[in-house]
Amino acid sequence: MKRFVLIFFLLLSGFAVQAEEQSSGEGEVDAFGLIMEHISDAHQWHVIDYTNSRGIHVHINMPLPVILWYNNSLWFFSSGHFYHEQGPQQLGNDYVVLHDEHFYITDASGTIHTDSSGNIANVSPMDFSITKNVASMLLSMALLLMLFLSAGKAYARRGIAPPRGINAVLEPLILFVRDDIARSQISKDKADKFVPFLLTLFFFIWINNLLGIIPFFPGGSNLSGNISFTATLAVFAFLAINVFAVKDYWKHIFLAPGMPFPIKLLLVPLELIGIFTKPFALMIRLFANITAGHIIILSLISIIFIIKSIYIAPVSILLSLVMFMLELLVAVLQAYIFTLLTALFIGLSTTKTEH
Amino acid sequence: MELLTPSPGLIFWTTLTFVILLVVLRKYAWPSVLRALKVREETISFALEDAKHAKEEVEMMEQKRRKITEEARKERDLILKEARQMKSEIVEEAQKAAREETGRMVEKASRDIEKQRKDAMLEIRETIGRLSVEIAEKILKEELSGDEKQKKVINKYLNEMNLN
Repeated sequence: MKRFVLIFFLLLSGFAVQAEEQSSGEGEVDAFGLIMEHISDAHQWHVIDYTNSRGIHVHINMPLPVILWYNNSLWFFSSGHFYHEQGPQQLGNDYVVLHDEHFYITDASGTIHTDSSGNIANVSPMDFSITKNVASMLLSMALLLMLFLSAGKAYARRGIAPPRGINAVLEPLILFVRDDIARSQISKDKADKFVPFLLTLFFFIWINNLLGIIPFFPGGSNLSGNISFTATLAVFAFLAINVFAVKDYWKHIFLAPGMPFPIKLLLVPLELIGIFTKPFALMIRLFANITAGHIIILSLISIIFIIKSIYIAPVSILLSLVMFMLELLVAVLQAYIFTLLTALFIGLSTTKTEH
Repeated sequence: MELLTPSPGLIFWTTLTFVILLVVLRKYAWPSVLRALKVREETISFALEDAKHAKEEVEMMEQKRRKITEEARKERDLILKEARQMKSEIVEEAQKAAREETGRMVEKASRDIEKQRKDAMLEIRETIGRLSVEIAEKILKEELSGDEKQKKVINKYLNEMNLN
């Protein structure tokens, strides 16, 4: 144990020295830019940066496919062209450049026009690129399909025999979602209908949360901390809540039975807003929790480079270690909360309420 | 603000991915997993129920067995008691019969003995009479062998008769 601690600090000091050299070469570290870069989406997947034996900085990035919808047709590029070749890429009669991770239609020279308030005036094509987040999501999809299709096959083959290997890990989770999320929130006769949806939701969020906190290449994308991702899932939750709702639920919202008329006037708009605030809260909660976790860990690491002291490194690393532990918990907790609340709302909308 | 702006591309891909996952997993993964879990749970609960039933049955059988054993013991005791009684009765009867038989035999024997004794006495008496006569004859013959003697005896008897 002592040896591990020693090795740990030796490694740390190595990093710190390197960092100092780098920062002395490049001046002030832009912690805000660094953090924003890490939690935002990108059109390439950053693998590693290092300085080779000849003192040349090497950036290894995985170029990702760029798919643009412009002038009623799809355009395919490799993102490598936009990062390494400075010139704008031809898009039919027009040209396109990548500026701050956004594509803009330009003239042949690639000039970006800004208006008086500093906003970019160029037109953007619709961007359906496989960005870092999309690639990470596809990876998570592959992982999920691999895990659960093999699990499905194993269960079909082995029947009721106790699970083995990874399935023994997954089974308690599946049972947890089925029993403690679906069946405890949704009425008995309807719960099992929603179990596949809730299971998919839970594992999809969880695995993306986990991929997000892996600090190196195939992970590290802030997908579940991206508002587009959480918004889409919230829309699915919204559909699941409202599509299968019973008549009583709508009656409860639009008529507020049993209330005096003036209160009805107040309640009905509130209930109407409530239909949308429920999934909206889901969206914000997941986005904020995951993004905040990433920002805190990156900030703690950045402290080393801002203070430029080797002595702060153990503190910073220990703190971020604690944060990583917390993030592991948050990853599963947020997946749980998202699924639980979805189940709760489904439960509310599918049961006949008594007044 | 950049962070809070949804991007249509990511929304599109997320929707596509989630729908694919939902459809594929719903069709090929969850049903077999959930079915297996359900079947297992049902099997376990049935097995438990069965075990409970079996236990109850065993208990019932045990009780039945105990009852039967108890009954058998009672019956055995009864039979033994009856046998013992019968034995004593038989023995008593036999003894009684034996006693009666013995009594009868003894009586018969004593009667026989009495008869034989009487017969013997009669025979003895006859024999004695005969012998006495023979002896008296012999004595008389001996006594009256000489004249002297005969005279003496006649005198004697005559004397005796005189006295009368």
